[in-house]
Amino acid sequence: MNQIKHVDNNDLKEKINFECETGNYHTFCPISCVAWLYQKIEDSFFLVIGTKTCGYFLQNALGVMIFAEPRYAMAELEEGDISAQLSDYEELKRLCLQVKRDRNPSVIFWIGTCTTEIIKMDLEGIAPKLEAEISLPIVVARANGLDYAFTQGEDTVLAALAQRPNAKQLETQLEKVISHDKDYVKHVPLILFGSIPDPVVNQLTLELKKQGIRVSGWLPSKRYTELPLINEGNYVCGVNPYLSRTATTLMRRRKCKLIGAPFPIGPDGTRAWLEKICSVFCIEPKGLQQREDEIWEKLKYYVSLIDGKSVFFMGDNLLEISLARFLIRSGMIVFEIGIPYMDKRYQGAELQLLQKTCKEKNIPIPIIIEKPDNYNQVDRIRDMKPDLVITGMAHANPLEARGINTKWSVEFTFAQIHGFTNAIEVLELVTRPLRRNQKLEKIGSQRYTDRR
Amino acid sequence: MKLAYWMYAGPAHIGTLRIASSFKNVHAIMHAPLGDDYFNVMRSMLERKRDFTAVTASVVDRHVLARGSQEKVVNNISRKDKEEKPDLVVLTPTCTSSILQEDLQNFVNRASIETQADVLLADVNHYRVNEMQAADRTLEQIVQFYIKKAQKTKQLDTTKTIEPSVNIIGSFNLAFHNQHDIAELKRLMSDLNIKINSIIPEGASVQELKNLPKAWFNIVPYREIGLLTAEYLKDEFDMPFIDTTPMGVVETANCIRKIQYILNDNKADVNFEKYIDIQTRFVSQSAWFSRSIDCQNLTGKKAIVFGDSTHAAAMTKILTKEMGINVVWAGTYCKYDKSWFEKEVGDLCDEIVITDDHNLIGDLIAKVEPAVIFGTQMERHVAKRLNIPCGVISAPVHIQNFPLSYRPFLGYEGANQIADLIYNSFTLGMEDHLLEIFGGHDTKEVLSAGLSVNSQDSEIKWNLESQAELTKIPGFIRGKIKRNTEKFAQEQKMEIITLEIMYAAKEAAA
Repeated sequence: MNQIKHVDNNDLKEKINFECETGNYHTFCPISCVAWLYQKIEDSFFLVIGTKTCGYFLQNALGVMIFAEPRYAMAELEEGDISAQLSDYEELKRLCLQVKRDRNPSVIFWIGTCTTEIIKMDLEGIAPKLEAEISLPIVVARANGLDYAFTQGEDTVLAALAQRPNAKQLETQLEKVISHDKDYVKHVPLILFGSIPDPVVNQLTLELKKQGIRVSGWLPSKRYTELPLINEGNYVCGVNPYLSRTATTLMRRRKCKLIGAPFPIGPDGTRAWLEKICSVFCIEPKGLQQREDEIWEKLKYYVSLIDGKSVFFMGDNLLEISLARFLIRSGMIVFEIGIPYMDKRYQGAELQLLQKTCKEKNIPIPIIIEKPDNYNQVDRIRDMKPDLVITGMAHANPLEARGINTKWSVEFTFAQIHGFTNAIEVLELVTRPLRRNQKLEKIGSQRYTDRR
Repeated sequence: MKLAYWMYAGPAHIGTLRIASSFKNVHAIMHAPLGDDYFNVMRSMLERKRDFTAVTASVVDRHVLARGSQEKVVNNISRKDKEEKPDLVVLTPTCTSSILQEDLQNFVNRASIETQADVLLADVNHYRVNEMQAADRTLEQIVQFYIKKAQKTKQLDTTKTIEPSVNIIGSFNLAFHNQHDIAELKRLMSDLNIKINSIIPEGASVQELKNLPKAWFNIVPYREIGLLTAEYLKDEFDMPFIDTTPMGVVETANCIRKIQYILNDNKADVNFEKYIDIQTRFVSQSAWFSRSIDCQNLTGKKAIVFGDSTHAAAMTKILTKEMGINVVWAGTYCKYDKSWFEKEVGDLCDEIVITDDHNLIGDLIAKVEPAVIFGTQMERHVAKRLNIPCGVISAPVHIQNFPLSYRPFLGYEGANQIADLIYNSFTLGMEDHLLEIFGGHDTKEVLSAGLSVNSQDSEIKWNLESQAELTKIPGFIRGKIKRNTEKFAQEQKMEIITLEIMYAAKEAAA
């Protein structure tokens, strides 16, 4: 039963207006995923194989974190590496042995960059040989700016992880699945994928437990050595909208069945996510309506701040569709949803929920702009004058100086936004500029632009 | 390959972009993959700029790899020409594009046929030069281009101004306290009755570059960026330049004497000695301050200095010559400028360290155990770990080193600021030390139990999972979360706190 087939693509195309611009937009380089992944996978080490440009980006993007002895580093390519005067194998061996000696990780991730792509460094070919020689697992992910944007970096890493078989845990894991437990319904193992902070992992696991569903494992797990056992026929479900490669890998390579659900962002999304998983296991969901209502009750104050206000997503992290859907449900009007890349299959259920939400709120479905052009977007923002623009840091201050409220989109990637419990965090973020500016009102709303 | 966790100087294109975006109405187009336009974030966030950064990317993606950039770069240049009407477009290669070895110069030639704007290709090698060297080179390239252009169209006027005048070469964005330094230099020049002919590149228009030769001389306050331009102007128009950084009272006096020498060479007949004397003794406070009793305590204290060559050298001079502090070692990450640095501070410190390896610097600091460190943000963090006070004196820096208030490092006001910085670093260290000797601020344990809902005899227990979860909460709010959860559990008449109760409590509290 492949759930993805349930999404009627032709039906969607007619109703949602998709457009594609020039791709001249600002976003983070996908190697930034090492920032949250090295923290998530506690026994890992991330080696980014690239140039000074990559290093400078990481150093500046991750700010203070760099000083906490991070478990990541650059393998900085020098002129000799580019012109192939040095052997990639020998160089990588030298660095990996150094990392092994200094940090003793359980796994080294090699993050391929634009440069390794262009000089065609055969990372996937070198890794298995070196892995055997230094007896340390090496996972290769090509998180480069030629192909991907920002959060898609995590997708490449998880897709690579999904292909690692985990033989060691075979027996114990099997036992766990068979053992009886009164708390759970008997069902085919379910594995969730997507890197979210441990507290949120626990929260979502507990929500499913309330429905009698046992989560057999998470990809990624807290430690590399605890990677879940993934068997043919298992169910998998994503928690983040940017994990299409991981989903594809799990389906095609590991022969898992994907549950295509909206993503658990906002109380509406969380409920839809849970209901979809329940329906796959033929479970009648319990108490979700009440649970969702309770959460909305708690969000009342925040909803009152944004009800009827307009928002414009410039697009840079692929969370845009889910966030827009939640904000529409909260009463906002969305002018435009910019998004770097739109997988209409993987996000099918989310798109349907967006459609349904717009219909119920009786507002037109916002236009979805793939690969946006920031210059044109700023033009449109000038015309439309939205109450809030969700954008990257390159545009935030200039827009504020022109009297337009902004929220940095990057914060949504680092904040805890999943599940019922954290719905409030999302609205806390969205309303912050509005709340701040209410307090500043007395200074007046004149523009602060200098006339350069 | 090199294993690197941190770098002191950025990649070459950052230098080029800093120069291009400092000029008014100049647009830079990076030939770069998605995500490399990180410069815009830095400029917008660190300097809190209100304008959009005039840098866009001509994105290198799979299609470009397969077929070459073809029309893409040319189209992007002419598009920006129409949209923004810049005076100049600088095509900026990145490390990625430089290995593609496309003929970017050809694109520039083709584009400039159609555009109103001038178009230049930044001439920097990404694998050989760093941010500062690239910036230095780009500034020279742009100046040279507009001088040549003026020469060709016979618009170049090299007559000197009637009054003594100067060009300040060295104002740019994302530089350490630069805005304040330039303001201080302007004040100094006005005190000396010298007209400012031009300040480049920040806020300058490329059209005014042809007027550079009208000044009597050039000042290059920082070694890293601007020297090439000054040398070019000297070769081309025999313009003298001063590369003495007026940082600290002694060096400021040296700089002023050099100005006097140049002016008198041009028959201006000036004497600045009295000005120097009054400034040093009365207007500026730092010379008196270092003679005051308070500063006696600093005599012979051990310090180490690290930064770019300009700031590290100037700081070493101030510490040793003006404050009597013992600089154990001074160092710079500007490896290409080694011989200058050695010449400047050779006899002022016990040892010189030239490296861009922050691990080595960290180890050297730990070994010496100085009373104070003057360095970059990186040294500040090393200092924190080792519990040594630290003053930040050089890039690379964070947002807190772009202060709103007036904080020059140059000139007489700069000397005051530096004296404060030095003194405050030391007192903090001293205070800390005394506190340690006398056993800390509070002699009693803080009774956190008293703030809790129940004291230790609480009947509420935490199960293993929730305890583990509690330890993950950052220390500064853990107490609050613990209290709230216990209160919640009590209200719900629960005896054992589980994960579920923790989250329920969080929801209830929200």
